[in-house]
Amino acid sequence: MEEVDVEPAVTNIPAASSGTHLGFAWGPGDILVYETLYKASGKCTGSGDIHEVRKDEDIYSPILRKLFNESHHIFVGLQTIREDLPSKNKKPQFVSISKNYRSVIRACMEELQQVVSILLAIELIWNLCEVLFIDAAPAGSLLLHLLDWVRLHKADVDEKAREVLQSESPAEHRDYWDVVVSYVLQGRLEEARQMLVKQATLQPAARKMYKQMDTLNISPGGTQTLTEFDVKWRHWHEEVDRCLQDNSFASNKHLELICKILVGDEDTLLEHKDLLSTWYHFLVTRLLFCHPTVKPTELHYYAQSCLTMFLDSRSVPEPLDSILLAAFEFDIHQVIKDCSIALNNWWFVAHLTDLLDHCKLLQSHNLHFGSNLREFLLLEYASGLFTHHSLWQLAVDYFDHCPEFGRVYLELQIERVPLDTERKALKVLRICEQRQMSEQVRSICKIMAMRALRNNRLGSALSWSIRAKDAAFATLISERFLQDYCARGTFSDLDLIDNLGPAMLLSDRLTFLGKYREFHKLYGEKRFREASKLLLSLMTAKIAPRSFWMTLLTDALPLLEQKEVSHHIQLIYSRLNCLCVSISHLDNVVHCSLHFSAYL
Amino acid sequence: FFFRFAAVYVSQKISKSRWRPVSHSSLQQADIFATGSWDNEDNKISFWSIGSHGSSGVEDGFEGDPQLLCEHKHDGDVLDLQFLDQDRIVTASSTGAVTIFRHHQNSQTISVSQQWARAHRYPSDNAPCTGVVCSSPEIVTVGEDGRIIVFRADQEGVIRVIDNADSSTIHAVTYLRTTEILTVNSIGQLKLWDLRQQSNSPSQILSLSGDRVPLHCVDRHPNQQHIVATGGQDGMLCVWDVRQGSTPFSLMEAHSAEMWEVHFHPTNPDHLFTCSEDGSLLHWETSSQSDIPSFLQGGRNSSMTSRSAMAPAGGNQSLINAWLSGDSSKGRLETTHMLPSQTLSVNSLDVLGQCLVCGTDGEAIFVNRQVPV
Repeated sequence: MEEVDVEPAVTNIPAASSGTHLGFAWGPGDILVYETLYKASGKCTGSGDIHEVRKDEDIYSPILRKLFNESHHIFVGLQTIREDLPSKNKKPQFVSISKNYRSVIRACMEELQQVVSILLAIELIWNLCEVLFIDAAPAGSLLLHLLDWVRLHKADVDEKAREVLQSESPAEHRDYWDVVVSYVLQGRLEEARQMLVKQATLQPAARKMYKQMDTLNISPGGTQTLTEFDVKWRHWHEEVDRCLQDNSFASNKHLELICKILVGDEDTLLEHKDLLSTWYHFLVTRLLFCHPTVKPTELHYYAQSCLTMFLDSRSVPEPLDSILLAAFEFDIHQVIKDCSIALNNWWFVAHLTDLLDHCKLLQSHNLHFGSNLREFLLLEYASGLFTHHSLWQLAVDYFDHCPEFGRVYLELQIERVPLDTERKALKVLRICEQRQMSEQVRSICKIMAMRALRNNRLGSALSWSIRAKDAAFATLISERFLQDYCARGTFSDLDLIDNLGPAMLLSDRLTFLGKYREFHKLYGEKRFREASKLLLSLMTAKIAPRSFWMTLLTDALPLLEQKEVSHHIQLIYSRLNCLCVSISHLDNVVHCSLHFSAYL
Repeated sequence: FFFRFAAVYVSQKISKSRWRPVSHSSLQQADIFATGSWDNEDNKISFWSIGSHGSSGVEDGFEGDPQLLCEHKHDGDVLDLQFLDQDRIVTASSTGAVTIFRHHQNSQTISVSQQWARAHRYPSDNAPCTGVVCSSPEIVTVGEDGRIIVFRADQEGVIRVIDNADSSTIHAVTYLRTTEILTVNSIGQLKLWDLRQQSNSPSQILSLSGDRVPLHCVDRHPNQQHIVATGGQDGMLCVWDVRQGSTPFSLMEAHSAEMWEVHFHPTNPDHLFTCSEDGSLLHWETSSQSDIPSFLQGGRNSSMTSRSAMAPAGGNQSLINAWLSGDSSKGRLETTHMLPSQTLSVNSLDVLGQCLVCGTDGEAIFVNRQVPV
């Protein structure tokens, strides 16, 4: 494991007084910190508060929530691309998905009032990765893609151009030449030409300039091969150089400047750092006018030298610079590593790595702890989501697509989701059931059932036991009903007991409850024969709880007065004998049996 | 054909979405809807506009994209939401509170008009209020505490409470007639309550034979008041005739997870809409010639798979036979998925005229202005 390249960030805990000792405990996404004494015993004079230190503020931003939700949708779509398609069919799909991700980033940027430089950086890096890795443009079109890349991230030229064109006399606007030069630097020669047209007085010299600009082709088109293009381009380059040598534009320093740019003169380019503003713009411009047929493998030479030339001795490369450099070197792993360190949130590296993995661009070496890089990053990202009160639902899909550890992570995390309402518990349960996480199902149902039972919602409690097929709990609920009956002499919640249906079979006790209630109903309807038959079967079937035998016998007493049931009563009596034998120490039962014998 | 949906991501999980009612006399189309959120530390109710049809001020971007008008903090999850009248909505909260909010159209602000803070409760805890239905000025709510409560807007106290109306959670309530309501609960029962009676027992209890599958939603046919549709945990759509018998008329496989809402189209009841935890929204359409839509013409235990759009059949097959045989190719019931791709749970939907709005756990609202009805 390499060393950390940057200093760890320091977080001050303002509420804690200075000089005190702090104790801490890790949580899933945060640290709990408290003041303490670093001694075996004694009284701490600290505030007694617990401070929660959260690592990641981003997930609480409403605008970034849209990023998380929209990208989740794209992620799930990506996972379901069929594996068996040939790779040439898949590449356009991957490029399209990459563009989708980027448009989501840009949509977020548009919504935020102030420019968030981190989102700009992310989009810049992603775009470059798309060009170099996913689209994998070959020499020729590579330059075109890089030009597009630079143009997309240098939008201020168009603003300035608009200002200039809208002014009274564009050719005399102070930014006029800046705009023309910027267009040339970006290879937008047609637009540069249109601006130059405003310079009516320069017709003769400008006409020659137009010709030079017109004849430049930036990249091979149509059936032209790279070699053919190269020959033509060199020819053009020599022409422009000749113009410079024979001082065609000496009369106008601006046009001469443009000519020098067209010929790719490094010093001239470097004189316009303010217009280029970044070393990578400088790189692309230089490639455009010096090496338009640059191959992907040659990029990093030019990139390194451009970076060095552009930055003067005082300035230090920023993290963004080293990330881009690593990209030009086609060192994907370095790009991912540097981004992981530089960025606060795992969103970017997780999604980009996943996409690159689908493009089969990541070597599959395993990390020390068993999973591969893609899975590691997805797990980190999803775990972060799970700490959010609302975004935990998105995390489930990410865990689903981590074959090694996803399930284990999900099992551990899902039990921690607070279940404030039944509706939320139902959603969590559905997630567990769909993945056959039976232990979690049982655990959640038990929590909800206990809560219902505490609030005396016996129907709800039963509903949860049915869902979990929890016979033990169903027994518990039935006991409550039976206790209630013994205490008050009537049943509560008849709407439930009368309508148990097949759920009755979930536990013996529940069956007994249902049947016992049925006995009461039959008795109430004066269907004594059926009632006594039922009572007998309850006693013989051994599902009656011991504590209830007394009650059953008491219930049987009135039946003795009904003539048509004497046969059954005899059976009850004989059954009672058996009962007496088996529980002879119960005085009450003996006493009751005396009653019976008096009737017979 | 292609359903034109405008989608907007709203940074909150939407639990309920409801169109503001339009008066039948005017030819006005649906233009404003309200949403409620859930599972947030700070939940909200919001009012949105999709702009009137043919408006000249259509901005860049997708025509009909919902625009946020105003929003207000809501304490607890919004477990149900109904419009009381043009300006007021009633919400059911997970804290057990029932609240009336007023939307001030001129200033585009919202204020709390009235609140009953612990309407639903346990002796020592809050009990979520799970459903609300209103017929101005009367409001009826139900909750996890198994209570039914009747309120009147603008009257402070509670008009009537039926304690322990149910030993399990009541998930939804709807009006059957002006004085009768229907509730569904988590042990699979439909209960009719006659509010004119003083007794605290239901006048009728209906349930499925077989497993006691929890029911989550209920809706009544707009014209035929004895016809009721329900949906529950197993995603089945059941249609009941509350006059006849105690078991459903017909059962149809609809979704692979909980069905959260079912709605008959208010003016075109040959059309029915359902949404589910499985992320789908289904449009059920019958093309029967008779007065009674085919899915109301009976058929027990017939299960018709409804995943694919089925072409309506010609022919003179008796509809009842088609139901009982369960042969979907002879059926005249057409079902289509409305959302273009699978999303997280679709929690709520509402339909008015040709406009449909729904909200998801993916923090998105979808609006379709060209529902083929």
